[in-house]
Amino acid sequence: MSEGYAIAPDAKPRLPRGVRLTHNEAQGGWVLLAPERIFKADAIAVEILKRCTGEATLAAIVDDLAATFKAPRDRIEADVSKLLGGLAEKKLLEL
Amino acid sequence: MAEALTRPLGLLAELTHRCPLGCPYCSNPLALDRREDELDTATWARVFREAAGLGVLQVHLSGGEPGARRDLVEIAASAREAGLYTNLITSGVGITTRTMRDLWEAGLDHVQVSIQDSDAVSADHIAGYQGAFQRKHALAAEAVRLGLMLTINLVVHRANIERIGAMVELALALKASRIEIAHVQYYGWALKNRAALMPAREQVERAVAQVEELRRRYQGRIVIDAVVPDYHARFPKPCVGGWGRRSLNVTPSGKVLPCHAAETIPDLEFWNVRDHPLSDIWERSPAFNAFRGTDYLPEPCATCERREIDFGGCRCQAFALTGDARATDPVCTLSPSHGLVAELAGVQDSGPYVYRR
Repeated sequence: MSEGYAIAPDAKPRLPRGVRLTHNEAQGGWVLLAPERIFKADAIAVEILKRCTGEATLAAIVDDLAATFKAPRDRIEADVSKLLGGLAEKKLLEL
Repeated sequence: MAEALTRPLGLLAELTHRCPLGCPYCSNPLALDRREDELDTATWARVFREAAGLGVLQVHLSGGEPGARRDLVEIAASAREAGLYTNLITSGVGITTRTMRDLWEAGLDHVQVSIQDSDAVSADHIAGYQGAFQRKHALAAEAVRLGLMLTINLVVHRANIERIGAMVELALALKASRIEIAHVQYYGWALKNRAALMPAREQVERAVAQVEELRRRYQGRIVIDAVVPDYHARFPKPCVGGWGRRSLNVTPSGKVLPCHAAETIPDLEFWNVRDHPLSDIWERSPAFNAFRGTDYLPEPCATCERREIDFGGCRCQAFALTGDARATDPVCTLSPSHGLVAELAGVQDSGPYVYRR
């Protein structure tokens, strides 16, 4: 989930059917499941992905995260763009 | 054993060996399980619950043609209830649009439909089934209409290797989000048909370069995953991510295998889900422990820096080609038996296929 694909601030990202965030005790944490792919999701990724409901815009998600975690907006924006851009490039995100 | 036992991530559920198609590259064993020996619905549901408890995240409902099972929808529902990411791997023949809708309602996560060629006549010839090509289109369209993500599976061999570009176009036209382009792997029926399937080296080289070019061209439009042509590779594949490390395979009659071809290796003792819980089979069954780790590997693997990358390659292939399942996979250019692979890659005949029946 690295390189990618710039997402417009007013896009409303959503995980499509077939891309699921799930917690698995035996595997020791959160994972994002997709066609023939399994990504380990760290705490930051989980917070970002939980907000991809198709309702909030990218800008709103970044604002929300920056407020919730009292972190600099530009740093959050970079994390979000990197994660979601990588997913979009792999066709694992609806915009 | 030095290394702690890993937990499996994926389970291949071969629901049946029955299939309307007769593809000559089928990876099913030559001795197919009979219908009367197939596991029942409740046993599959138990297997899925045990698999989830063991750490399995994804289940692949496969076959044969899984649509040959009348209880396919119930089976898929039970996999989903167990919390597993549920993937259907189908030929597209034998599943009606109605069943597809029921599968969608049951919570199916993803569907993979195979195609044999972009040319209808050739596709039906390869499948050994008139009209298969058209029926796949209908099923793929229904899956997309329902909002399921679609992968097109393509097995590449001499009869279709010149049309990879057209097949990617076809996958795009079917609105697939992903295409798996796998060069044929020579196990089961494919091994029997090896000379009839084997492309020329120049064709393989062109195909590999073409896939790279297609990946660039369609970036962001369709994901292209490629499985390299074994016999023309430099190093072997890390088969199933290492023996007994990441995945397991349950046959129609309930035997649990480290990989789908494992039964070709003689004297391995497989345990059955009818007799043992899946966790016991994973941890203690003789077949799973036969080639775990890398300690058993001979030279050149024993001192090779790639030994934790490819685990010496594929045990089934080592056995099939050298008669020794512990040997370095002869696909590796460092294997003392590699000459054999180079030789076999040059053997082609245009004889008729032995269809899988």
